[in-house]
Amino acid sequence: MANTAALTGINGLRDIRRSPASHLAPALEAGSVPGKVVLNEGPFQTMAGIRVDPRSEEGARIAAVTGGLPARCGDVTGTDSISVLWLGPSEFMAVAPEQAHDSLGGNFIGSLVEALGEAPGQVVDLSANRTTFELSGPRARAVLEKGCALDLHPRSFTAGTALATEVGNIPVVLQKTGEESYRLFPRASFADFLGRWLLDAMREYASPEVP
Amino acid sequence: MLLIACPNCGSRDETEFHYGGQAHVAYPENPNELNDKEWAHFLFYRDNPKGIFAERWLHSTGCRQWFNMLRDTVTYDIQAIYPMGTPRPDLTVRAAPESGTASTAADSTTTGNAAPSISGTSTTAPKGATK
Repeated sequence: MANTAALTGINGLRDIRRSPASHLAPALEAGSVPGKVVLNEGPFQTMAGIRVDPRSEEGARIAAVTGGLPARCGDVTGTDSISVLWLGPSEFMAVAPEQAHDSLGGNFIGSLVEALGEAPGQVVDLSANRTTFELSGPRARAVLEKGCALDLHPRSFTAGTALATEVGNIPVVLQKTGEESYRLFPRASFADFLGRWLLDAMREYASPEVP
Repeated sequence: MLLIACPNCGSRDETEFHYGGQAHVAYPENPNELNDKEWAHFLFYRDNPKGIFAERWLHSTGCRQWFNMLRDTVTYDIQAIYPMGTPRPDLTVRAAPESGTASTAADSTTTGNAAPSISGTSTTAPKGATK
């Protein structure tokens, strides 16, 4: 979670800003079952949409900023704080912590724009486009499998990969960050529905397991 | 539910895709020379075969890339998936083993022009397939 104390200011707008699923925060806490499956929103991450030919010179310049560009479907590259997700052969989504945003003293978007220069392609600040749900716990995979047709078994969906797909009929980018932890990136307008859908899918794990 | 092998992403559910109509409909060389009837034929008239049909698909929820597909409109068998801009593959070469008892499975996820191996009613699910 970001250190919000350091993020005050920005024309007074920061205080009144709210994330797409902020109204669900009490429900997410109530619906989480510690030790089985926990859901929370990781709001306000810095995200950039990148469209560039990864084999070109400008692609190499952008890769130098982000710590590489993924080569194929499922790949995730990046550094400790930045992860770059593969969305298409020449389309990528870079995710960085909130503090990396240019309005907070970071230089993430600016450095990407600078790396692209005048070359063909685009770098767009998409920080407000998607929100982040963090789903973790031993039952996280079972929750996702209720609404995702992909094979989520660890043998084919390994930690450190990300796939653009549908969860609960909502288009999301599904990233597996650890053996039992996932990040879902739904668009802001779908955050309410997907949050409630996940809560509903999690509800059975609050009850004692029937042998 | 069709299981479609996207050339970029591997096998995904049909719900992730959008249909793009008949493939290989070329834009007229000289549109200004067409009369209204010919123009209407280019815009609105499409084949409606019973059997193999070349069509365009878009993986809209995944990689957002277009590709071509040869699909049997009767059995829904996907005979071939190949990139945009390439000519329609000739299926007659493969027709002989099709009548045999079994065909070897082809990895259809990575190469654009390799057809998914389909014999009878079973669909070969490549790596990363849906359940």
